[in-house]
Parts: sequence; structure tokens; C-alpha cells
Amino acid sequence: MGAAQTRAAHSYQDLSHKTGFSLEQIHILHKRFKKLSGESETISRENLNNITALADNPIRKQIIEAFFDKRNQHNGEVGAYEEIGFDEFLMVMSHFRPPTLKTSVDEKTAMRKEKLRFLFNMHDTDSDGKITLEEYRKVVEELLSRSGAIGLEAARAIADAAMLEVASTSMPDMPADYFYEGITFEHFELILNGLEMESRMHIRFLDVDTVTMRCDRN
Amino acid sequence: MRRCGRVKTWLLGTFFCSLLVFGAEPGQTHSGEQRNASDLSGIPIVTFKWHHVEGPYTVALWVLVAGVGKLVIEANHHVTAVIPESALLICFGFVLGGIIWGADRVQTFSLTPTVFFFYLLPQIILEAGYFMPNKLFFSNLGGILIHAVIGTCWNAATVGLSLWGCHMGGAMGDLDIGLLQYLLFGSLMSAVDPVAVIAVFEQVHVNEVLFIMVFGESLLNDGVTVVLFNVFDAFVSLGGPAIDAAEIIKGIISFFVVAFGGSLVGVLFGILLSLLTRCTKNIQIIEPGFVFVLGYLSYVTAEMLSLSAILSITFCGVCCQKYINANMDERSVTTVRYVMKVFANGSETMIFVFLGISAIDKTIWVWNTGFILLTVLFVLVYRIIGVFFLTWIQNKFRLVPLDFSDRVIMSYGGLRGAVAYGLAVILDEHKIKERPLMIGTTLIVVYFTVILQGITMKPLVTWLKVKRASSDSEVTVIEKVQNKVFEHMLVAIEDISGQIGHNYMRDKWNNFESKWLSWILMKPSARKKHDHLFSVFHKLNLKDALDYVAEGECKGTLEFVRNENAYIDFKKKCGDDFSDTSMPDLTIDMEDTTIANPYTRRETVPSISLEMHEQTMNGVRESEDINTHHLLQQHLYKGRKQHRHRYSRSHFDVNQDENEVQEIFQRTMRNRLESFKSAKMGVAPPKAISKHQKKDALKQFHKDHV
Repeated sequence: MGAAQTRAAHSYQDLSHKTGFSLEQIHILHKRFKKLSGESETISRENLNNITALADNPIRKQIIEAFFDKRNQHNGEVGAYEEIGFDEFLMVMSHFRPPTLKTSVDEKTAMRKEKLRFLFNMHDTDSDGKITLEEYRKVVEELLSRSGAIGLEAARAIADAAMLEVASTSMPDMPADYFYEGITFEHFELILNGLEMESRMHIRFLDVDTVTMRCDRN
Repeated sequence: MRRCGRVKTWLLGTFFCSLLVFGAEPGQTHSGEQRNASDLSGIPIVTFKWHHVEGPYTVALWVLVAGVGKLVIEANHHVTAVIPESALLICFGFVLGGIIWGADRVQTFSLTPTVFFFYLLPQIILEAGYFMPNKLFFSNLGGILIHAVIGTCWNAATVGLSLWGCHMGGAMGDLDIGLLQYLLFGSLMSAVDPVAVIAVFEQVHVNEVLFIMVFGESLLNDGVTVVLFNVFDAFVSLGGPAIDAAEIIKGIISFFVVAFGGSLVGVLFGILLSLLTRCTKNIQIIEPGFVFVLGYLSYVTAEMLSLSAILSITFCGVCCQKYINANMDERSVTTVRYVMKVFANGSETMIFVFLGISAIDKTIWVWNTGFILLTVLFVLVYRIIGVFFLTWIQNKFRLVPLDFSDRVIMSYGGLRGAVAYGLAVILDEHKIKERPLMIGTTLIVVYFTVILQGITMKPLVTWLKVKRASSDSEVTVIEKVQNKVFEHMLVAIEDISGQIGHNYMRDKWNNFESKWLSWILMKPSARKKHDHLFSVFHKLNLKDALDYVAEGECKGTLEFVRNENAYIDFKKKCGDDFSDTSMPDLTIDMEDTTIANPYTRRETVPSISLEMHEQTMNGVRESEDINTHHLLQQHLYKGRKQHRHRYSRSHFDVNQDENEVQEIFQRTMRNRLESFKSAKMGVAPPKAISKHQKKDALKQFHKDHV
């Protein structure tokens, strides 16, 4: 028992360095992880799918995929896992960590880039480094699928318009019959330059104690 | 021409002022006269029946004078850029007051509490509530409440106690004011005034969060102010010894009752209003009437029940806006919005003019240097301390902390205004011997904040480099889509990590609201139209329509006669890239009141009204051009601006006509997407943009609308 605890404490330290969470936060998240996985070491897509509250979310599939996406682990691999362990889970969660008062400006820009990368990966499902028209269409359709009023056509038109916008702003001298393959990460970054993300990609979950965590989620 | 206009306005101004003075005089001197039939010597052909019309005439004349005053002030933009309009109106009031004083030796007109609280204030607050950006308001509600409740109590307590302390210390000479009276005075001084805040902040355009914090606080603190004022007023009447713990506890309970009760009354009236507008399909002409009447009723009902009237009317506006905008006919919505702005603007003008006039009154000027100076000092200093302390606490809980410049502006923006003055006039003369002194001091504080702080606000904002409202960036479709993605992502991560957060709550509320509330309060046809991204799509249509027109013009096939009212400046050179010059004057930027010069006031509503004036068309024009023009006009709708939550008292943006033309969008999209696709991908051209489906879509669309 004691040995296992010290081992856990060690790995927490490593994780804390890698992801930037504090030890108590890692502890809390580990508890949650264990609850989701049903006491096993890894979680699969079904575990996440079973979270009832997620059922209403239009982009549920993309988000769950994001957890299993190897690119979000920042270790250079591409592809998807079948199951992930706590380390990978934590890595993905670290994208939503808010900057503290101590983070420097450089760190903040790095964090912002990381978040944008996360978003980009979520849209670019075939990992080719570009968001093509089809992929973006799918995103918009999913997004609007809950609000039945719009309909498929309008969703497509919106996606088309968005792509057009990106194309025209990032490549203003595009010749008439140029085939615009897709949004690259640089274009993505450029066009979302003005977007205020700082207050939007953070979860306030990190200072909470275990009492407020809902234990009856699954 | 302009100079001529200015002279004219000056002449008009003086004429009406003199009429007013003239009217005031007979009103005073002939007060007891009666008309006896036996006095007549013959049949009078024309008689001068001043008494007959005295009341209504005076009122109408005052409204006119205030309006003319505003006209005069607005004539020169260089002045209004530096000195806020409210300050100028007060000065105008000084001048008028001086004239009347000179004529009458007595101040016949002043801002009486009845007129202020019942006839001038409600429409301003209703307008504030109706145009309130709900999402922003509710997500910052915690912070706003902290400042409104705790901040106001702090202000009241510290100002009252400090003044009393100074009185005890002898800094004010010989005054007959006790501790309770000081606390009463402190409580009426503590309220940040919504009218003043709007008047000053409107010209400064700070970022949204900052604005909503100060503005929300100014609205919500009425609950506290009313309670404090009534409680201390009762204490003063009871006298010192009668106050024991029970009374104090009653006071605290009354706060909760007044605040929540007032809000509840407002919400009820809001729901009632929404339900009413749901049923007015057959008689749309009276819809706007309901809005104003019910808004006013919520105010007086709360007043009747001694609850907070301002809270009531605010929440009425806040709750009903979404539903009445959806339920009412387009023209009714326009009417309501425009009339509200007219009323609010008019009331605000009158309030400031009367604030100026009320100063020129000998009876209220009891000068006590110590009292006045110390009040001004304490009001300012304690506001700063209070705000900094509270925001320090807030920042511990906020995701995006408020930075230093924001906090400075928040403390500097704690302006006192007519509400404080109104409360001071309500004070009972018999209970409070030094009432004139208090009124005078209140006026001085009001002038200090509105005039001095108003003038220095803009330079301060620029100097501190406060984040301004992000107006000039065109929010692209992709940004909107990403925003939505963010929201959903946050909720999902919260769900996965098992936390109940901000976004979880908001999501649950949105679900509840769209399932139940919309079902009850919105008309079925309105429900379908009501979607956010759909409006994006709609604007996209608009943009494309414009591009289409611009292209057409460039190629010379369409001759447009520019309507004076349309601020369109088509670049005639064909080499220009239309998509990025995008007609800088054209105010069709998505979801934004972006104008090339955002701070100029425009009376005319910008629109691409491509009305052709037959008479100005030369006979030389080919008939073909005329046909093309007519054809295009048939298909193009008159685009108007979509309302955005940029708060502006005088700037009015008209709602979009929902009958957008999908067809134009599809037509142009098809052309452009050809360049998107390439044969080697083997991707078929998007089915959405084919003639058949387009027609079906149109038909479907029209069916939905009918």
C-alpha cells in the first residue's frame, strides 16, 4: 500500500511538471478518471460516451475523439488510440488550464498556440494538416444539428462561406481557378487572431475540492 | 449653410426662452384672477386665455426648450467631443435658470421629485433594460451584485460616518445634524446614477465588461439605495433611542424583500408582456403600446408596494426583450425601439436641463465650506477605496481578472446624478433642519461628477489605454462558428471532468429556456426563425448581395443613382478588390455598428436603398439599364443594420428585414465555388447550389414565413 502510494506520488510529480497542474488538481482528476474508467487503468470511447450529460452536446463526437487523438499528446505521433491512460487524459485536460498570475507573456502566447492547435486537430480529422471543405462542413453540420431550424443546406452554405472567407483573407491574390485545398494551421491561427480566447478555453475546475464533484454522473 | 443653421437655432432658442419667461410671469402675477361674465362690455372676438392652457402649455414648452437646447448644443461637434453633452445641458440649464430667476425673483421651475420619479425616470430605465445585453449582464451578474450591494452600503456607511466624525471634530462649524441624519445623507449620496453613467460612458466606448459592471451596478443599486434611504428616514423619525436590534433586523429583512420583490414584480410584468405580444397577431398596430404601458405599470406597481421600482422596470425590460422582439411584427419592433430611444433621450435631456435650472435658487444655497468640500472628497475617496477592495476580492474568483486601468475607470465612473438630487428633495424639512444645505451639497456633488468627471473621463481612458469596445473588427463567420464550438467544448470538458461550472449552468439554462420558456412565450413561427447562426447566414446573404451589386456596377451594367441617405461609396475603379474595401462607409458589417466614423451621430438610417429617382435619371440612359436596375431592385431587399449591443443612447440601428433573399447568395456562391473545386478531386459541385433545390428552398422558406 505504502509503495503504491509513493509510486503514485512520484508519477504525480512528473505529470505536474509535464502538464502544469498542481498536485491536488492531479489527485482530483485522477479520482474522476477512476470513476469514469470503472476502476480500470484505461478508458475507452464507450466510457466517455456513457456520460449522460454529454448526450446533449452537438460536438460530442469530436470532443471524445480529441481525447484519443495522438496529436494532442504532443509527442510527435499521429493517429488515434483505442484506449487512453491517465497520463493521456491529463495531457488533454491541460489544454484547458487557465494561466495564473505568474505565467509570463511568452508562456501565454505558447498556451494560446497550444489551444489553437487543439482546436485545429479537432477539426482536421484525417490528420493531413489541413482542414478541407468536407471536414469543415461536417463541423458546422454537427454544430447546427441540434437546432433543427436551420437544415442541412444552410449549414453547408455557412461552411462554404467560412472557407471562402479564410481563402480570401489568407490568399488574397488567388487566381480564379485555383483549387484551395484547405485551411492550414497558419491560416487558422491568422484568421482567429482577433478572437478572444483567454476567457473561453479555461475551466474553473482546478480549484475545487472533491465534495463538489458529482459522483453520480455515470 | 451650417452657420446659417446655427444662427437660426440660436434665434429659435432665445425666442422660446423668452416665451417661457413671459409665460411664467403672468402665471405668477395673475394667479388669483377669475373671469367674470359680468365684467364683459361686449362680445370678445379674441381673448387671451392663459389659464386655460397653463399647465399643458408649460409642459410642452419645456419639452420644446429642452429639445432646442440639445439642438443648439449638438450644432458643434468639436465642443461635444471634449465636453459631454450632459455637462453642456446642465450649463444650458444654468443659463435658463438665470433668465427665469432674473424675471421672477423666484425659481418657479425646478426638478420636483414627483415629476422626476414618475415622468422622467421610468422611460430611461425601461430603455436601459430593453437594450441590455443579457448574456453579458448575467455572466457578470455576480460581480455586479457585489458592487451594487456591498459597494453601495460601504459608500453610504463611510460617507455618513466620516462626515459625522468631522462634524464632531468641529470641521463644519455649527450644524444641526445628528448621526442618523448623516447616515441618511450618506445613503442618498451613495447611489451611482444610471442616467449619468449612460450619459458619460456613451461617449467613451470602453470595453463591454467594464461598461456592464458600472452600468449594471448603477441599475441594481437602486434596491439598496431605496432600502437604506427608507430605513434611515424611518430611524430619523423614530429618533435615536427607539432604535434597537429589532429595528435593525427589520431593516436588513426589508432589503431582501425590496430587492427580490422588485425584481419579481418586474419579471412578472415581463412575462405578462411576452404573453400579450404572443396574442396580438391580428392587431399589430397596438403592440408597441403594450410594451410601454406594461413597462410603466411594472414601475408604479413596485412603487405602490414600496419595492424597488427601478429594479422592477429593469427586469421587466431584461426578461421580455427576447420574446417581444421575436413575437412582434418587424415594424412594431422598430417602432418600440425607436420610440424608446426618443423618450429616453428626451427625458435625459430634460433631467439635465432641470438639474441646471434647479441650481439657480436662492432658498437652497446655504454655504458651508467644510460640509461641501468634505462631502465631495469623501464621496470620491471612498468610492475608489471601495471599488479597489471589492475588485481585489473579485479577481480571486474571476477567470479573466480585471486589470488596473479597468479598476480605475470603475471607481472613477461612480457618478452621482439626478436620483441623488431627487432623494434629497424628498427629505422632510421639519425632521431635517439642514435640508437646504443637503440639497445644495447634493447638487454640487452631482455637478462635480457629471461635469468634471465627465470631461476628464475620455482623456483618462485614453491615457490609461483602457481596452475599448472591440468594434472595428469584422467578426467573421469562422469566428462565430468557433465561438459556438468553444461554448460546446467547454461544457463538454466540464461534464467529462465532473465539474459543475459556469458553462454548465448556462447550458442548462439555455436548454430549459429553449424547451419550455420559448414554447410558452414565443409565437410558433417566431421560434423557427430564432437562431443565431441563421442570422449569420442572413448577413452573409446581405454581404454577398452588396458584392454582387458592386461587381455589377463595376462592369457598367447597372447604373445606380445614389440615394442621399445611403452612405454607399462604391469604388468605381474596377481594379479594386471589392471584398476587402467593402465599402467603408457602408454600415453593413456583420453584427456590428461599425461605421467608418463610429462616433458621428447619424440621424438617417443607413441602408442600401437603391431607390431610383426617376426624375434624376437622364433620358440618355438605355432602357436596358433601367430594366436591370428594376430587376435587381426586385430581388434586393432594403438592407438595414442588425442591432448590436453597443450601447448608445442616440444611435439607433434598425432591424433587418427577415425576408432575405437566399437566391442571390446561392447565385454568387455558385460562381465562387467553381474556383474552389477542381475536377481531379472528383467532387461534384455542391448540390445545395443548383437551380432546382434553390427553388424548393425558396418555396420552403416562403412557406415558413407565411
